[in-house]
Amino acid sequence: MANWLNSPASETQVTHGQRLWLYVFAGIIMCLLVLPTLVVIPMSFSDSQYLEFPPETWSLRWYRNYFGSDEWMRATVTSLKVATLTMLVATPIGVLAAYALQASKLPYIRAAFVMLITPMMVPVVLIAIGAFYAYVKLQILYTVTGLVLAHSLLAIPLVVIVTGSALKGFDMNLEHAARSLGAPRWKAFLTITLPQIRFAVVTSMLLSFLASFDEVVIAMFISGGDNPTLTRNMFNALRDQIDPTIAAISTIMVLVTTLMMVLVQVFGRGKS
Amino acid sequence: MANTDLHTAGLQSADLHAAGLRRDEQMERWRLFGLGSPALLLVLVILVIPVGWLFYVSFIGADGAFSLENYERMISRKSYSRIFVTTFQVSLLTTGLCILIGYPLAYFMSQLPTKWANLCLISVLLPFWTSLLVRTYAWLVLLQKQGLVNQWAISIGLWDEPLKFVHNMTGTLIGMVHIMLPFLILPVYGAMRSIDRDYTKAASNLGASPRRAFWTVFFPLSTPGLFAGSLMVFVLCLGFFVTPAVLGGGRVIMVSMKIVSNIELFVNWGAASALGVVLLVLTVIILWIASKFLKLEQMTGGGH
Repeated sequence: MANWLNSPASETQVTHGQRLWLYVFAGIIMCLLVLPTLVVIPMSFSDSQYLEFPPETWSLRWYRNYFGSDEWMRATVTSLKVATLTMLVATPIGVLAAYALQASKLPYIRAAFVMLITPMMVPVVLIAIGAFYAYVKLQILYTVTGLVLAHSLLAIPLVVIVTGSALKGFDMNLEHAARSLGAPRWKAFLTITLPQIRFAVVTSMLLSFLASFDEVVIAMFISGGDNPTLTRNMFNALRDQIDPTIAAISTIMVLVTTLMMVLVQVFGRGKS
Repeated sequence: MANTDLHTAGLQSADLHAAGLRRDEQMERWRLFGLGSPALLLVLVILVIPVGWLFYVSFIGADGAFSLENYERMISRKSYSRIFVTTFQVSLLTTGLCILIGYPLAYFMSQLPTKWANLCLISVLLPFWTSLLVRTYAWLVLLQKQGLVNQWAISIGLWDEPLKFVHNMTGTLIGMVHIMLPFLILPVYGAMRSIDRDYTKAASNLGASPRRAFWTVFFPLSTPGLFAGSLMVFVLCLGFFVTPAVLGGGRVIMVSMKIVSNIELFVNWGAASALGVVLLVLTVIILWIASKFLKLEQMTGGGH
């Protein structure tokens, strides 16, 4: 131990002992980053009305509450439906746009890129009230269509950036070779380019799904009536009181997110 | 004679071919551009046109005529200027705390072998992927009066009475720093990883103390990442809504919350739009200044 403390930690001959404060600090911060969300998991299995840690008596009461409530179930189905559709809408049009940006040599292509990533830079509240107004005019307020369009808008910058950076690393000459051998552009893209950027496309899909599933502010304005989203209902419940049902929902959301991340890692990296 | 004719004809057809190729290339470019049009159309219809309309509405007074009253109100009313002060205060404090906490952590990870660093990176990515609402809720549960933090601190004797951590500035800052940290750490870590280790080695070889090697060699090389990360955090903070709304408990009112209440409670589109325009203009100015120093891709790509 003493040996380790006195051994050099980097090229500058600083010793591990002198850096001990950094190790302790980093350890504490990493715990603080991860633990708060993890603590909610055991709490959700408590029988008490007040969230306790560790729970004195364990029960599935809050899960029964969640799965037994028509309102929560309907909101969950809406959220899943909207997130899936957003993924299916935003990914193809985002990938097409990223491909167009990469391949087209038109002047002003940079302006198009900037325009496509503006949804990321405009404060989301502004997008929300703008969409609210537009949807009243278009008569798609409180509909799944409206939510999918607005969430796709948020997801497009993510898809364009992730896929775009993958396309930058792809040698377009491969596709040109396929086309000079007679393949039409769509076929060359599907059989040559797409398999090369597969991981980026899968990541884009996951990001669009999560961007929609986690979205609160826009959903606050344009979801409601028969189609409130899960996050909208959660947010409203949070403002009123600390309902332990939300701990149960949070636990499920954390598990689903983690599972999806693991799947993407295995699925995307495993083959390439 | 016939020879020259042939020659001219050949030249002409070459010209024709060249023109045809140029036309084809131009067509090709536009066809490619067409592939991007669905995405551009979506941005235009759902974002640009509605925000343009909000811009217009912000200049319409209560009587329906052109007026600057929505902007004048922001200057003349104390409640509005307080909101802007709070917004800047929260954003600056959050950014500052993120730098103080995030930079050393990123440095720690950058010094580890890649395998260990990737393991530590999970602790940054896990919250990054977790729903914002879930994380805000977790802090609400932990920090409330009968929450875990108060319970434990009292049981080990740190303080006697439960302290108020939520529904005030403290809670808001704790929640926001937790949510923003990954946005700072990821670009900083990326920048630190790309620094050639030989530079610091050379510095210490030439007699610099570890501290001096860090401050004169390593730190300056890491500033682009630090700058990109801090800016990202600051801009995101300016327009933040969920966390201050939940953890601030109505005591910390930021611009985005005022916009929401202007619409939901008072149905005052003019006032809400004007606030939105100011928020947007501030964001654009900051990003524009930043783009003078950084590439756009660097700022946006940093987070992922």
